[in-house]
Amino acid sequence: MGILVNRETRVICQGFTGRQGTFHSEQALAYGTRLVGGVTPGKGGQHHLGLPVFDTVVHAVRETGADATMIYVPAPYAADAILEAADAGVRVIVCITEGIPVLDMIRVKMRLRSSPSILIGPNCPGVITAGACKIGIMPGSIHKPGCVGIVSRSGTLTYEAVHQTTAVGLGQTTCVGIGGDPVHGIGFIDCLRLFADDLATEAVVLVGEIGGSEEEDAAAMAGDIGKPVIAYVAGATAPKGKRMGHAGAIISAGEGLAEDKFRAFEAAGAHVVRSPAMIGETVRRALRGMEPES
Amino acid sequence: MWIHEHQAKAWFGRFGIPVPRGFVAHSVDEALSATLALGGESFVVKAQVHAGGRGKAGGVRVVHGRKALTEAVTALLAHRLVTAQTGPTGARIDCVLIEEPCVARQELYLACILDRRLGTLRVMVSSSGGVDIERQTPEILGAAFAPDVGLDQFECRKLAYQLTLPARAQARMAEVMGQLQRLAVSQDLMLAEINPLVLTADDDLVAVDAKIQIDDNALYRHPDLEALRDPGQEDAREARARAAGLSFVALDGDIGCMVNGAGLAMATMDLIRLHGGAPANFLDVGGSATSERVAQAFDLITSGEAVRAVLVNIFGGIVRCDLIAEGILGAVRQGNIALPVVVRLEGTRADEGRQILKRSGLKIIAVSTLEEAAHRAVAEARSGR
Repeated sequence: MGILVNRETRVICQGFTGRQGTFHSEQALAYGTRLVGGVTPGKGGQHHLGLPVFDTVVHAVRETGADATMIYVPAPYAADAILEAADAGVRVIVCITEGIPVLDMIRVKMRLRSSPSILIGPNCPGVITAGACKIGIMPGSIHKPGCVGIVSRSGTLTYEAVHQTTAVGLGQTTCVGIGGDPVHGIGFIDCLRLFADDLATEAVVLVGEIGGSEEEDAAAMAGDIGKPVIAYVAGATAPKGKRMGHAGAIISAGEGLAEDKFRAFEAAGAHVVRSPAMIGETVRRALRGMEPES
Repeated sequence: MWIHEHQAKAWFGRFGIPVPRGFVAHSVDEALSATLALGGESFVVKAQVHAGGRGKAGGVRVVHGRKALTEAVTALLAHRLVTAQTGPTGARIDCVLIEEPCVARQELYLACILDRRLGTLRVMVSSSGGVDIERQTPEILGAAFAPDVGLDQFECRKLAYQLTLPARAQARMAEVMGQLQRLAVSQDLMLAEINPLVLTADDDLVAVDAKIQIDDNALYRHPDLEALRDPGQEDAREARARAAGLSFVALDGDIGCMVNGAGLAMATMDLIRLHGGAPANFLDVGGSATSERVAQAFDLITSGEAVRAVLVNIFGGIVRCDLIAEGILGAVRQGNIALPVVVRLEGTRADEGRQILKRSGLKIIAVSTLEEAAHRAVAEARSGR
């Protein structure tokens, strides 16, 4: 079980023959992901890592039956790669690329509104269903099949949440990195809905950060999914008006404060965890029906 | 990337948005020649810094006569302006804008911004603008639009006619809205703000101030815009970090932080605070942390005079912890770092990494949990005070 991707998911890689595409395709194969081919314009007909290379996504989909793609294409071409995948009808599009211009992402989002494709990212670690399908740059070895769903705006902080939920013996269903850009694909609310319907997921960890108001919007439904939601928000110590690494991690004009996001989750009855070191422990307590410590 | 008011106004001029006549001056001489070109006896002197709140901080002065102008320019140039948005060290004033005064019948607000919730651009307008807009929370009207299509003319008119303005000014407002959104879309702007947009006695509109932020991710397709960058407005260490490809923000605490990943870096700062300490910086060493980058990061962190301890928090995914450990050793040896360094390594080859640190014989405190890392770093910083 899990959401978005599973053992049956047939995956292609855009930017397949590049350095990043090659490395992470090898890692995905090693994890057991059903990688069925890749796309690099101009290299169609060749083979790479023992898999067929295609010139276009639509050709790759026709020949391999792929329903997911992972994009390792440089930022200037990434928006086009996402649109090509959507045009070819790929169900799940995972874009790892960092540094895509905001206006490009606005154009992508507008086009995806009339498409059934789901975009994950960009500027994200990707998505993994533990023990079944890894699409992205996360280290596979820290994941353990289990019962916790994770959704996060961050990369390594997600690994931290994964590590802690593994350490307390719970493991994960699916971990989704929604990305650190201000305009991105799938969001917290979409993931909470998917986790709500997933039978294997017993609790959801939501890792937010400063900037924007997506956490507040997600908090409004956090109490209604029938499963405990454990929420942490990074950046309580971040100064106003400074971009903290991620393009979207900035407090501007009084919007995006960590404290406001924490309060929204508290008001919604979520299990708020103020210490990033206590995520795993808080999930464990929440599932045992105990009050969280913080 | 932020640009200066005078650069933004030059853009406005090119896109048809009226601005007061003015000249940039880097010296009193240049300022005096500006007054000759402008004519008249009254002038506005505006400090050019990348920060708001200039007016209240004395960075905007209306002067009468050339003597007063000379005094104002002398008081500003080569000084630092501390505003509510700059932090205590302020921003350096390298040039001033000398303008003709513009008498306001009413101060309005107009901006084109990124609407994160909708994932598109939005024009915002209000019939009350000016210095206190953020505190007043006046009624702000707005309309979202698709950058490819732009805001339709009727949308501009619809917004403009909702404002209580004279008929001629309403028509002008609709035009200026169109011009501003065309500028924003063509130049990849994340923010284009006119506050105040002044309504003059003859029902015209003039952009008396201008604030523009360009999308850093889009700079590659506007190579000409790099010339607008003013490194003098950046924190010197932040500029150095940017050149080295590191993401760095200076803070006022005493525990230097080196972390991989922006989210984990913020979380590490938060945890230090929860343990009663104060982080000296935000630093994301990046996903492909090499020993060279680690050395550069150490150099940056320890160049902060207040730093009493260093906390390294690495969650190795693609990055191997043993290589990071080697990098840390190299940096500590090379930089002759005498400060206590607390290192938490987790993930890929973390055990090997910890062994390398333990065997080094250097004063490096290797810990295995996030909690312990923050606890030790705070204790070390305290004893070093």
